[in-house]
Amino acid sequence: MNEFWIIFTASIVAINAALLGAFLLLRKMAMVGDAISHAVLPGIVVAYYLSGDKTSVLLLLGATLTGVIAAIIIDFLSRKVRIHGDASIGITYTLLFALGMIMISTWMKGNVDIDMECVLYGDIALINLDKIMVDETLYLGPRAFYVEIVAFFIIGSSLFFGYKGFKILAFNEDYAKSLGINTTYWHYALMTLVSLTTVVAFEVVGAVLVVGFLIIPPATAQLITLKLKRMLFWSAAFGVLAVIIGYYVAIWLNVSITGAMVSVSGCLFFIILLVQRLIKKLTILPSPKL
Amino acid sequence: MKDNCVIEVHNLTTAYGGAPVLWDVDFELPGGQIIGVIGPNGSGKTTLLKTIMGLLEPSSGYVKILDKDLDKVREKIAYVPQRESVDWDFPASVFDVVMMGRYRSKNLFKRSNKTDVAIVNESIEKVGLTEFKSRQISQLSGGQQQRVFIARALAQKADIYLMDEPFVGVDAATENSILKLLKEMKETGKTVLIIHHDLQTVSDYFDYLVLLNTRLIAKGTPQEVLTEENLTNAYGGQLTLLAKVANLIKVNQFPIREKDVDL
Repeated sequence: MNEFWIIFTASIVAINAALLGAFLLLRKMAMVGDAISHAVLPGIVVAYYLSGDKTSVLLLLGATLTGVIAAIIIDFLSRKVRIHGDASIGITYTLLFALGMIMISTWMKGNVDIDMECVLYGDIALINLDKIMVDETLYLGPRAFYVEIVAFFIIGSSLFFGYKGFKILAFNEDYAKSLGINTTYWHYALMTLVSLTTVVAFEVVGAVLVVGFLIIPPATAQLITLKLKRMLFWSAAFGVLAVIIGYYVAIWLNVSITGAMVSVSGCLFFIILLVQRLIKKLTILPSPKL
Repeated sequence: MKDNCVIEVHNLTTAYGGAPVLWDVDFELPGGQIIGVIGPNGSGKTTLLKTIMGLLEPSSGYVKILDKDLDKVREKIAYVPQRESVDWDFPASVFDVVMMGRYRSKNLFKRSNKTDVAIVNESIEKVGLTEFKSRQISQLSGGQQQRVFIARALAQKADIYLMDEPFVGVDAATENSILKLLKEMKETGKTVLIIHHDLQTVSDYFDYLVLLNTRLIAKGTPQEVLTEENLTNAYGGQLTLLAKVANLIKVNQFPIREKDVDL
């Protein structure tokens, strides 16, 4: 049962991350996803500090704001101060991440179970310690699972209803502006969702490895699809596949579960890439894409 | 405002960082014509278009479209960005991209309706891409990609069209078909503003010209604008070199455009 909940929770983390990662990738903003996932650390630490052992939903939303603030700083540095895009990302997220680390090392001694290992890998094997029980008897699964489900509904419905907006923003931002569409609004809507994903995924997969969930599955999906909706579907599918295979690889080799999941995801990418190249070489026609 | 003036630009200065790319540009453009914006590389042609479309904030001066602020007449003006400005590997079909011409801030949360689909199909038909409708955009030639962009602008059903270098990387046949389309649009009273760089074809293509080199050098009919004095002011020493190259190409019949390979 424990196994089932771990795989199920990680799968939803993977789906949430893959759906948003696809849009980041298409906007050539993979590094912004990386930055946000690191920058939410101080927000998360504050949330844990204020709420003690249990993270409340309200505090998680507060932590989400840290990611949005990081996006605002990045935007400000690259637009107003005219520091090159990747430099402004580097300045912002290392600064916020370092602040988070200081907070952990000074405030968190013995108080709360958050340490650098958790930041790196998450505590996926331990999510079952925080259970939701009804009447002390009926076990409904780990709390992290329900947090992820809520996030999934927020992200899923935002992407469903805002599909056209996110699509035009990703393809041609200037053109969207010329139509009178408020691209700033859509940009920050996407950043907020990315931030939310990384905050809720923190407990499960950690702040660092969530980037692998954000970027690798969409990059794999992009290799084989020509339609945005299919790319979203395959991103999620590759994410879940990596979670399932990764879990059993980790158990088999007795290594970090999250680490194995992301490694499998990366291997899947290279396998698909290789197969695709081979097909291209064997057939003179452009490779048949899904 | 004069009668029949569709775009007014007054004392417009736009700067990147510290250096102005456009300096005190001032003109009024007549409606129902095909208007060319010409000038050497880096003379601020694209910046001018982007400033008119509100994509760049001018340091000073203002723009009026049909005597109103841009935001009040968004529906009436369509923008065709440079073909290179987007990633053509984006997972979308010709139909998907042209459909973006129907997107508005108000309908982004709604599904596209039948009228939109009909308009999109009609626009694709106009640029002759119906048979490629469901093809992914990376599998098109340069000329076809350019026509996708034009179809997307047509789908906006606007009155004024601003096009950034629609003839770049386009084969001769496509150039002619685009030109034919532009002339049809003009017949129905549309105004088309085009950034162009091929001086050889300028007088054939345009009814009105704006010659730019950071400052406004000249504006008016091609006869008024294309004088040696104006061209020297805009292009300086480059022009004689350009003319020599152009002559050489004419004499030797070098292919000067990429071939339109139908994939």
